[in-house]
Order: sequence, then C-alpha cells, then structure tokens
Amino acid sequence: MSAPTTTRTAPAEPRVAALTPISWKLPIALTVLGLVALVFFGIVPAGGHHTTFRISTASDAFQISPVAVPSTATALVLSIVALALAGLSWWAAAGRRRLGVWLPAVFGVLWVLAFLCWAGAGKTIPLTGLLSGALFLSVPLVFGSMSGILCERVGIINIAIEGQLLGGAFLAAVVASLSGSPYLGLVAAPIAGALVGVLLVVFAVRYWVDQIIVGVVLNVLVIGVTNYLFSTVLTNNVGTWNRRTPLPVLAVPGLSEIPVIGPVLFRQTLLVYLLYVAVVILQIYLFRSRWGLRLRAVGEHPKAADTVGINVNRTRIRNTILGGAVAGLGGAFFTVGAGLAFGREMTGGKGYIALAAMILGRWNPIGALFAALLFGFSDNLQTTLGIVGTPIPSQIMLMTPYVVTIFAVAGLVGRVRAPASEGIPYTK
Amino acid sequence: MSDEPTTEARRPGQPVLESKVDEVGRGVLREILESSWVVTLFAVVAALVLGAILIAAADQHVQTTAGYFFARPSDFFNALGSAVGNAYSALFQGAVVNFHGTTFARVIRPITETMTVSTPLIFAGLGIGIGFRAGLFNIGAQGQIILGAILGGWVGFTFHLPVGLHLLLAVVGAAVGGAVWASIAGVLKATTGANEVIVTIMLNNVAVYLIGYLLTTPMLQAPGVNNPISPPTPPSAQYPLLLGSQFRLHLGFVLALLAAVVVWWLMERSTLGLRFRAVGANPHAARTAGMSVAWVTVWVMAIAGALSGLAGSAQVLGTETSGLTAGVAASFGFDAITVALLGRSKPLGTVLAGLLFGGLRAGGFAMQARTGTPIDIVLVVQSFIVLFIAAPPLVRAIFRLPTPGGPTRAQRRAQKRAARAAAQPVTEEVQA
Repeated sequence: MSAPTTTRTAPAEPRVAALTPISWKLPIALTVLGLVALVFFGIVPAGGHHTTFRISTASDAFQISPVAVPSTATALVLSIVALALAGLSWWAAAGRRRLGVWLPAVFGVLWVLAFLCWAGAGKTIPLTGLLSGALFLSVPLVFGSMSGILCERVGIINIAIEGQLLGGAFLAAVVASLSGSPYLGLVAAPIAGALVGVLLVVFAVRYWVDQIIVGVVLNVLVIGVTNYLFSTVLTNNVGTWNRRTPLPVLAVPGLSEIPVIGPVLFRQTLLVYLLYVAVVILQIYLFRSRWGLRLRAVGEHPKAADTVGINVNRTRIRNTILGGAVAGLGGAFFTVGAGLAFGREMTGGKGYIALAAMILGRWNPIGALFAALLFGFSDNLQTTLGIVGTPIPSQIMLMTPYVVTIFAVAGLVGRVRAPASEGIPYTK
Repeated sequence: MSDEPTTEARRPGQPVLESKVDEVGRGVLREILESSWVVTLFAVVAALVLGAILIAAADQHVQTTAGYFFARPSDFFNALGSAVGNAYSALFQGAVVNFHGTTFARVIRPITETMTVSTPLIFAGLGIGIGFRAGLFNIGAQGQIILGAILGGWVGFTFHLPVGLHLLLAVVGAAVGGAVWASIAGVLKATTGANEVIVTIMLNNVAVYLIGYLLTTPMLQAPGVNNPISPPTPPSAQYPLLLGSQFRLHLGFVLALLAAVVVWWLMERSTLGLRFRAVGANPHAARTAGMSVAWVTVWVMAIAGALSGLAGSAQVLGTETSGLTAGVAASFGFDAITVALLGRSKPLGTVLAGLLFGGLRAGGFAMQARTGTPIDIVLVVQSFIVLFIAAPPLVRAIFRLPTPGGPTRAQRRAQKRAARAAAQPVTEEVQA
C-alpha cells in the first residue's frame, strides 16, 4: 500500500536514494519451512504408507471417490515444489521485485498438504469436512476482526471484542430460547455487542480513559454479568431461558452441489452468509465510499478531519457502536450458530484471536478474513487429526497459530502499521 | 482555568457570598473531596450499589415481591434489604472477620485467607504497575505466572536440597521463568516494534498449551499418574506457614510486601526507575536525553515477568502444594491488571488493591456457600470499581463532588447569577 504513495509524492527524486535495504526475512523463513517439510515429511518417515483424502461428503449429488496417494513420495514432491517457490522468493528479493501475497499463500497450501500427507499416513483425511469446519470455526473470528477493523480504523482500540462476542452469544441464546426462533436470536445478538460498544466509546471519548484499560475491564464485566445471570436465572429454568435453538443449515440451490466448494461455502447457516456480505461490504465501503473515507480520516488524522468539518467524536461513537454490533452478531455463532446452549465464558479467548487476525490482516477486511480462516483451519485441523490420530501432541498443534501470530506481529511476515491516531482521545 | 471564574465572581456589585472563616473550612472539605482517595472510595461504593442491583434482580424473593410492589411496597423493600444485606454481610464475613466463629482461629481465619489469596495478585499487580509507568501494557501476567509456576514447581519437586537453599532456588527459578517469558515480548518490542499487547496475549495462550503439554510429559507429570498433574511440592521447597498449620497464610505474603518495598525503591529512588518513568512519560524526550528506550523496554518486561513468576511461586510453593495443574494461574493474571489499575500503579496502592480484590475473592467463596449468590458478582463489582476509578469525572458527576481546580458551588452560583444579570439587564433594573 505504501509503494504507490512514494512514487506519487516523490517522482523527481533519484530512484537510488529511495531504495530500502533488501528484506531477506521472507526467503529465509520460506526456505527453513520448506526444508523442514522436505526432511520431516518427505525423507525421514518410512515409506509404504498411503494417505487417503476423502473429497465428497455423504450427501453430495456427485460422488467423487477418495484419492489415495503414497505419503512420503507426495510429501517429497510437494516440499520440493515449495522449496522451488522459496527459491523464487530469493530471486525476487535479490532483484527487489514484488511478487505479491500469492507466493506465501501457495507455499502455505503446499506445506499444509505435505504436512497432511505425513500426519495422515495410513489414514483417511476428510478434506471437505476439514475445510467446512475451518470456515465454521472462523465465523466469530471474522466478525470479531471486522469489528476490530471498524473501531481501530476510526481510532478506538477495541480490546472488548471478547466481551462483545460473549454478550452477543448470551443475548442470542436467551432471546432465541424465549422466542423459540434462532433468527430472533440473530437480531438480538448485535444489540448486546452494541451495548458493550456504547460503554467502550463513552469511556474512551467522553472520559478519555485509556482504551485498552476500558476494553480489558469490559471483558471482565461481561464475563461477570453473563456468568452471574447464567448461574442464577438461566440454570434455574433451563427449558425457558437456555434451550438449544440451532440455526438451520440453508443450502444454496445449485451452488451447494459443486464438489468441495459447494459443501464448504454454500451449505452453511444464515450467519455464514451474513459473514460473506459483511466482509464484502466492509472491504468496498471502507475504501470506496464517503463514509469509509471519513472513518479512516478520523482514525489517521483527526485534526485534519475536524478541520474539514467532520465531527470526530460523533464519527468515533457511531462506528464503535456499529463495530460492537458486528462483533455481537459474531457472538451468536457460539449459541444459535453452533446449536449450543449458553455456557460460562464460552467464547474462550476467541475475541483476542480475532484481534490478532485483524493485525495479521493489516487492518484490511479481506486480509483479516484470511487470517481468521487460518486460525479456524488450524483449530479444526487439530480436532480432525485428534479424531484420525496423529503423531503430534494436540497442545503443540493448538499452540501453532499463536506462535505464527507472534512471528507475524514481530515483522517476519512484513511490517504492520496501525491507524495513526488509534487510542488517542481527540480534544479540540 | 481556576482563576477566571473567581475574578468573575468577585466583580464589584456582586454580593460577597461567604466569610473568610467559612471559606477556609470549605477549603479543607474541598481538598478532601477532590482527593483521589475519595474518588476511589466513592467508586467502590458505586460499584457495590450496582452489584447490589444485580443481586436483587436475580433474587427469587425480590422478584415475587416486586410482582405486587404497588399493593405492599414494604415487602419488596424488606426482600431487597435482606437479599443484598445477607449477600454483602456474608461477603464481608468471608473476607475480614467471621462473627459466627466459635474459636479465635475461626474468627480471624477469613482475613488470613484474604491475605493468602491476595499474594499472587500483589506480586503480579506490582509487575504490571511497573509496565504501566514505563508505558508498556503487559497483559501477559497470566502466561508469566504459568511459566513461573512451571519452573518453580519443577525445581521444587525434581531436586532434593537442604531446607533453606531448596526454597530459595525454587523461588529464583519461578522468577526466572516469568522473566524469560516476559522478555520474549520485551525483546520483540525493542527489536522489531511488535505490539506488546498482542504478543503477551499470544504468549498467554502459548503458555496455557505449554503447561498442558508438559503435564503429559515426564518432565512435569507425576510418575504412575494418568491425570495431568505434577508431583506435590516437597516441604523443603514450600513457603513456611506463618500462623501454623491451621491457616494457609505463608511466607509468600511477606515476600509480596517486601517486593512492594523494593519496587517502591526501584521506581522512586533508583536511576533505573527514573529511566523507566522517563520512557513512560515521554519516550521521545527520554531518547533525546540519551536513554535507550529499547533497553528500558527489555528491562521493564523482565522485571514485570519476574514479579509475575513470583506470583506463580506463591501458588505452587505456597497455596497449592499438592501438585501443579494447568489451572495454576486461575485468573490471577487478568485480575492483577485490575489490581494495578486500581492501585494506580503505585506499590502501596497495589498492595491495598490486591488486599481488596483478594478479600472480594475470598469473601465471594464464602458468600456463594452461605447465601447461594454466585461468586461471579465479585467480577462485576471489581470491573465497575476499575471503570469508575478510571473515569473520575463520572464519579464526581454521580456523587456531585467538586472538580479539582474547578469553581466552588458558590462561585458557580454567582457566575450563573452574573450571566443571568447580563442577559436580562432590563428586568433586573425593573425589579430593583
């Protein structure tokens, strides 16, 4: 994003002076990972095993027979291709060429496939189930990171995503249970999230309290209130207050019959379809509309925004509440979305992961979507491998996304830059 | 800002509103009301009131009497009073003194429990407070406590050493464990600018899975046991009990108080502390003055981590010696953030805040057992306290306390009258 700006603002400057030092981080990281795959998935394991990938689900119209591949040979080939990509990145870095995100993305897919060949040696991996489960598990992360983007782009740090998710999950469960309709739960969930958003923005804008502090405290507050109401009101009369009211799966006619993609993308609940809409709308409106321009202006340079007549604090208040509502909607995933009754602290830190996804996606909706999908995938991969049996301890698998995030935030994936004025209260 | 209204209020032609003596008396009262301690007190009161509303709302008896409120309001208020009164009295008796205790030990037992529970909160709160004052937001106390407990516990049950040395080594091990874990975030922040909030949150999660994993390996898991639990801490590595075996209070509490003194000295009297505070107040100015911000960042995180690690030692070497489990840190790491906030990042404040929250927690268990009010109400009260403390103008507005440096009520009244007089000169003259 910064490259075009440099060329536009300083075209007359000699190009040599503008050259930045070559960053070797990506080639080094890719090479190391590629070698790990080559040695541990391709060379070290004993051959003779086959890994079976099941592609069709039982309810598909067109059945595709499962694909069985020799484990070590396939892993060997995949890791050699991955290493070739790493070589390409060396070449690109040396010549200061920009290759875009497709290279690490393709590398990641190859690496994961090689890993699956190794981990699933002698077993069957349900590929479609793995992917659709990954999308399913990433729903709260995506909504949470969209909320984070809305709030941080306008200059309010939203650590309270966790609380907004939990509040949304609680209200969705209660309303859906009382009314008997999961869709009313979906309507109620954003209200709870927005309420938390109101508290956040009132303390941040009106009282200039440190936004991280407010966020952390609001998370504790929502945990306290929902736990309290859960153990007093909800458990007293589970049948009325906390029934399971799952959202039905709505298969899109036609599209849902496409192999692999169909069951993964188009055989989901309304909440997932809302997620597609939310990401697309946010990506377009944030960068292509007057509302988005104002929102970003307030987050980057509130004084300039104020000078041209934008009401900074009103913009912040409205968009933070909107962000809270989006996270609240994501909270509905835990109860009506997943078809569960409400439980204590059932969001289990997903709000913080959403925050990480937002940063990993560099405050961009599409980027955050893929980061969230990555987390969802690794979460589901752990569950799937737990069922088929794997040589890796589950805790190490679960740890991986967090370690990846640390590397990402530390700049190995590329320097990330937050909106300039986030966390700073605006005073005239 | 404070001078302007005063001169305006004393314009000629305005009546002198108060005598000199009266003014002095009010000055003292104002000073008291403006102090941050009063705001803290009122914040606690406001939070308890909000908690009371929740307690009453969930009480069955209150709900039924509210049904016929207009027929017999007294029933409703009685139910309200007894619901709230019983819960808070149980909370108090569980946290401070048990009036119903038959022996002296039973009577004073709650206060010792409060001290025991507050020990990890004080340790970790001190560390987080140092971070705040150096401008670092360390959410990672939870993970640092876990790492401290892992290393402290491991030293404890692996080696067989003489009594004093064993405890000393285990405590140092715990501090090192926490310090190393926190330093990861510190070094990354110093070298790459990685946001410490995100890195410490991630390290918390990594620590949870790390202890889960290690408890399934021979390094931590007790031999011959299938559960993820370590061998118990041997007596030679335990903090000695302070008041005999009847109470759980151990030497860790004294160590926490000592740590508070050390932290006070470090922050207020040492060069290192001056650097910490300078970087926290203005990193650019500190850099200009020749301080290495990166170096300070690493040091602050390491010290904060060591203190959190000691919090872990208080658990594994003091309170929970029957064996290390994955739940060793409970929610101390997160509660400690609120403790540091409430204590305004000062050592004395942190100790008092730690005792208050420790008391709320210890009393909360008693309240849950005696009146059935869930302990979660304590979380609500705690978070409201911190929210109110963080926004003094809100507390002042609720309780109509004077704003520091602002006009007094009499001055405001005079100002208003002056404004009215200026706006309607004709009517004033007619009335005269």
